[in-house]
Amino acid sequence: MIPVTFSYHKAESVGDAVARIAGNPEAKLLAGGHSLVPAMKLRLAAPGELIDITGLDELKAITVGESIQIGALATYNDILHHHELIAHLPIFGAAIPHVGDRQVRARGTFGGCIAHADPAADLTAVLLALGGHVNATGPAGERSIPVEEYFVDLWTTALAPDEMLTSVVIPLPGDGARMTYVKHRHPASGYAVVGIAVVVDDNGPRVTITGATSKPEHLAGAEDAISAGINDASIDLAVARATEGVHINGDLYADEEYRTHLVGQMVKKALQQIVS
Amino acid sequence: MTTDHIHVAMTVNGVERSAEVEPRTLLVHFLRDSLGLTGTHVGCDTSQCGACVVDVDGVSTKSCTMFAAQLQGANVTTIEALAADGTLHPMQEGFWAEHGLQCGFCTPGMIMSSIAMLKENPDPTDDEIREGLEGNFCRCTGYQNIVNAVRHAAAEMREQNSAD
Repeated sequence: MIPVTFSYHKAESVGDAVARIAGNPEAKLLAGGHSLVPAMKLRLAAPGELIDITGLDELKAITVGESIQIGALATYNDILHHHELIAHLPIFGAAIPHVGDRQVRARGTFGGCIAHADPAADLTAVLLALGGHVNATGPAGERSIPVEEYFVDLWTTALAPDEMLTSVVIPLPGDGARMTYVKHRHPASGYAVVGIAVVVDDNGPRVTITGATSKPEHLAGAEDAISAGINDASIDLAVARATEGVHINGDLYADEEYRTHLVGQMVKKALQQIVS
Repeated sequence: MTTDHIHVAMTVNGVERSAEVEPRTLLVHFLRDSLGLTGTHVGCDTSQCGACVVDVDGVSTKSCTMFAAQLQGANVTTIEALAADGTLHPMQEGFWAEHGLQCGFCTPGMIMSSIAMLKENPDPTDDEIREGLEGNFCRCTGYQNIVNAVRHAAAEMREQNSAD
């Protein structure tokens, strides 16, 4: 499969890349390429111009300080192998092995995942559970988008067409924070049929979902059920209330009823991991 | 800015190679069509099957998922380099000894991925071998012998390394 013809430009700086996409709806940024290139080969995407940002080393850094900043071009493996980050945010250690395969994790980037916002991606739910903000640069300069406002719909984020995601900033969790990610994977594609991220810290419990919804969302019923503590009774209640107020999508592989059942089971599994 | 052919140059199997290609030329097509290195296969063409795996600057890479234009100056190693001196690589020996193939179509990618895996983990368990090959499909379902082949090669490579 051969993509539609396009022109290719290797960006020399963030400013260069942003200038290229400004006013050019035909242009797409190319990072790890492990979502975009397959989509181009299937001709689901046909950008007229590719702006290759993989040479922008300033976007590859991961820094751990008062918060954790992950550069847009940090790969899945860069994150997984960053011991200090994983020590603070072990949820990445739980989730990243679920992403793609070893070749995908070596090339695919966290920033690309978050900008692409695939409804069955794993790390979208992880980011929503952790909170923080997404930094973007556009023609008007830099801005910071709270994670809670960032995911808009299927493959749609708060990023403007002429904005480029440059980094993601995640607050350090408090002492004693517990977190995990569990997934029921599609046996062929490996994508999430249902993925559940749970983070419990001083700011209360967060339970988020991917795979079964159009965008990552909080499961407010489950969060409320465990707000006073996680025990057998509150886990049962969280399972019962898991899809409260949330629209669960069905498709050819898993209809709404089955996926709704899976959501409860994944919530149960995740919460049991949190207390074990 | 143009969609015309562009000049791409990279080191492939230790030799400087270049060609005029369209920007949309995938690395796998550059290798196969421009350079005639047809050991790297196109299987699924959707970044899943791993028949096209090569090494790019030390990173195990699905060559159907990168454009040649991105790899200006890169160092690429394909299956053809493994037995360049006429002696099979221990991984190739392993696949031979353990009959780690049926039709053989997936074999180049399996071998390239397995070598990359052993660089990170020279003594993998069977489970780790299976996990390490999650990005490689064998449609003859010959997985058990592939695991045996990798285990065989890993033992041989550890022995060679300890003898060095």
